[in-house]
Amino acid sequence: MAAFLEVEGLSKHFGGLQAVKDLSFTVTEGEIVALIGPNGAGKTTAFALISGFLHPDAGQIRFRGRSIVGRAPHQVCALGIARTFQIVRPFPGLTVLQNVLVGALLRHPDVPTATARAEAVLDEVGLTAKRAQPASGLTLAERKRLELARALATEPTFLLLDEVMAGLNATETERFVELIRTINRGGITVLLIEHVMRAVMTVSRRVVVLNGGQLIAAGPPAQVANDPAVIEAYLGEEYVGAAED
Amino acid sequence: MKWAWLAVVALLLVLPAFLSSYVLSVFILIFFYAFLGQTWNLVGGYAGQLSLGHAAFLGIGAYTAAILARDAGITPWAGLFVGAALAATLGAVIGYLGFRFGLRGFYFALLTVAFAEIARIVVANLETTGGALGFYITFTGDPREFQFPDNRPHYYIALALMLLATGIMAWIERCRFGVYLAAIREDEGAGEALGVNSFKYKMLAIVVSAFLTGMGGTFYAFYYLSLQPNTVFGIPLSVDIVIRPIVGGAGTLLGPILGSFLLTPLAELSRAYFATGRWTGVHLIAYGALLIGVVLFLPHGLYPYLRRLVAWRPKD
Amino acid sequence: MDPTLVGQALLNGLLFGGVYSLMAVGLSLIFGVTRVVNFAHGDMMVWGMYLALVLAERAGLDPYLGFVVCAAVLFLLGAFVQRTLVQRIVEAPHAMQILLMLGVALVLENVALVLFGPDPQRVPSPLTMATLWLGPLFVDVARLVTFGVAVLLTISLYVFLFRTMLGKMIRAAADNPFGARVIGTDVHRVYVVAFGIGAACVGAAGALVSAFLPFQPASGLSASVTSFNIVIIGGMGSLTGAFFGGLLVAVAESLGAVFLAPSLKEIVSFSLLILILLFRPAGLFGRRATT
Repeated sequence: MAAFLEVEGLSKHFGGLQAVKDLSFTVTEGEIVALIGPNGAGKTTAFALISGFLHPDAGQIRFRGRSIVGRAPHQVCALGIARTFQIVRPFPGLTVLQNVLVGALLRHPDVPTATARAEAVLDEVGLTAKRAQPASGLTLAERKRLELARALATEPTFLLLDEVMAGLNATETERFVELIRTINRGGITVLLIEHVMRAVMTVSRRVVVLNGGQLIAAGPPAQVANDPAVIEAYLGEEYVGAAED
Repeated sequence: MKWAWLAVVALLLVLPAFLSSYVLSVFILIFFYAFLGQTWNLVGGYAGQLSLGHAAFLGIGAYTAAILARDAGITPWAGLFVGAALAATLGAVIGYLGFRFGLRGFYFALLTVAFAEIARIVVANLETTGGALGFYITFTGDPREFQFPDNRPHYYIALALMLLATGIMAWIERCRFGVYLAAIREDEGAGEALGVNSFKYKMLAIVVSAFLTGMGGTFYAFYYLSLQPNTVFGIPLSVDIVIRPIVGGAGTLLGPILGSFLLTPLAELSRAYFATGRWTGVHLIAYGALLIGVVLFLPHGLYPYLRRLVAWRPKD
Repeated sequence: MDPTLVGQALLNGLLFGGVYSLMAVGLSLIFGVTRVVNFAHGDMMVWGMYLALVLAERAGLDPYLGFVVCAAVLFLLGAFVQRTLVQRIVEAPHAMQILLMLGVALVLENVALVLFGPDPQRVPSPLTMATLWLGPLFVDVARLVTFGVAVLLTISLYVFLFRTMLGKMIRAAADNPFGARVIGTDVHRVYVVAFGIGAACVGAAGALVSAFLPFQPASGLSASVTSFNIVIIGGMGSLTGAFFGGLLVAVAESLGAVFLAPSLKEIVSFSLLILILLFRPAGLFGRRATT
């Protein structure tokens, strides 16, 4: 059975900086996988490569067995991969509903139908009350939910979430974790970049760790948390063996 | 609300019976520039790609229809579409080069200027087009040659053009094309991530815009009966096309119309008052000041500002 | 093709290139520091020309001396425009900045039209009578002096930017406005000075050509477009690029006038512009990535 997402030997450099080096990992359908690592480890670059915003120097990316390297972002989205951005990018001049409508139009070219779909998605994420507000007037938590709603409106089978929980308080984070679980139960595979460790550990089935553009560990959360290489990457050599969890 | 608009249109339809020929000519210009502003609006306002070379599309449409009429005896009513098609082709070329190579903002604007200037220089140096001296059309007043004994038919044609362009924009606004253009204008990358093929839709916008502007070229040619390359392809005309929708409100349906109703009479009045030698150009000083004022204080144009003003009124 | 003709075209092109370079360097400085495209650049040049005319007619000042006054006045104008108008729209989208400067251009052009009328003018100067011989080629002394002064001004600008405190502050603000603020630079003042200097450059350029190049209010727009061409071909934000770009474009146009036709010479620079926009948008010497 072909893996849902296969990343093989992926490499990308910018000028003198090797952002991603010989990266390989897979995602199985229905999983929630977390992509973690210190800042600058290449996680967002990996997302950009998968979603078509960047083209790799070398390596292969296969989605449901078909190579998607070299596709434009809108084509990748049409194939069923939706992404959010680390720094949220709402359409500032449009209302919340219109923002989500843009996403919904992908599968429903007819505007009234797409609007109905958009309303449904807004309901799922809990933004219905704000539907007529300009996107620029939302709080950070609301903007993150909008970003998620827009991506969901494209009816993806694979969702790439880039630090959706950064900057949220404990309640908002809980809410998001629940939301992601619900989305996953609905059949959408999730790959998320996250720094909020509590969320990572509770929601993901597998964790992939990057450092310096390379994969240094992969496996279930508990195993990865005790991996010496991971501890070293985050905290430095002195802490290896210090934690007794 | 719809009834109010229908009443306005009805009023405009019967107006010619009450107006002098001169006032009629001012209205013709108001409608025509509103039409041009609306066609530009599709690319510059809704899609957010600043074109400062739209005069090129007008010029191509104008010269094509004029030359076909003179050399091939083709009635301008048909030449209209040929000219528009040629203009659309240029639009496709500019769009392909600009969008495929990722030119935005100032760089795209400069690309449009470059093409308009090249067109101007080429036309000014060709014999068929009459070169720098210009192209003159003999007055016959024959409707089959897109000419009329008085300017009342021109009034109705200009009005029809304005309504046509506005109608097309209203329709586009409501369908997926319009929503996608708004997404492209606001944040092209974010749109791409949601499946918006920005290249395709920007191309569509510029080709349609160029086609319609080209149609306007035929009207221009057979209304003025003379074409000068420096005027018809020139940057000042491109600025004239652009300034009305910007002042009125780029990216809004009524912006170009509002802008034209405001600026065109201003231009004509100052041309009339200051026509004598010393004062030509005063209306352009006013234009410049207005442009500055709009950018500083009403960057979205007059219409959105008025709409917000109206929204502030307390409801009973 | 007569080699003397080509040689003459090359020489004239090179000499005129000095002025193109000065215009482009001014524009590049303004853009490099304030990030604003000065659509009124050509009209400021035309004002330099008209000022030279006024100085010649009222004060009997030869433009080859009067250019200093023109530069000073244009400095004030540029500083004024930056301080009162551009400052307010630093955050605005490019389209709005372009339109603002277009508005300024319209005002400048038409005030000139009202004050001086539409007819082409030239500023009288005894230098225009003299010619030198360089082997088989002849040189207008006026053009030679113009070239010399223009190059001198450009070099002075370089020295100013690289050797003086204010110059270094300007370059720092251009490279990294945030960092410049952190170390205490009054960035707004720097912007004002930079715009002023850019305007002074183009005002001086105008005065320097006013003796042999007929001008009218409408010339401003094409001078602006020419400046953009040069700056993009040479590389936005690169002063070296602006300098060599100016020489390149002037020579290309001059050769174009000889090989094609005088009225078609601008097609050469526009075609070059399009090629650069498509294949090397950073320009020949540009190092910044274009947005």
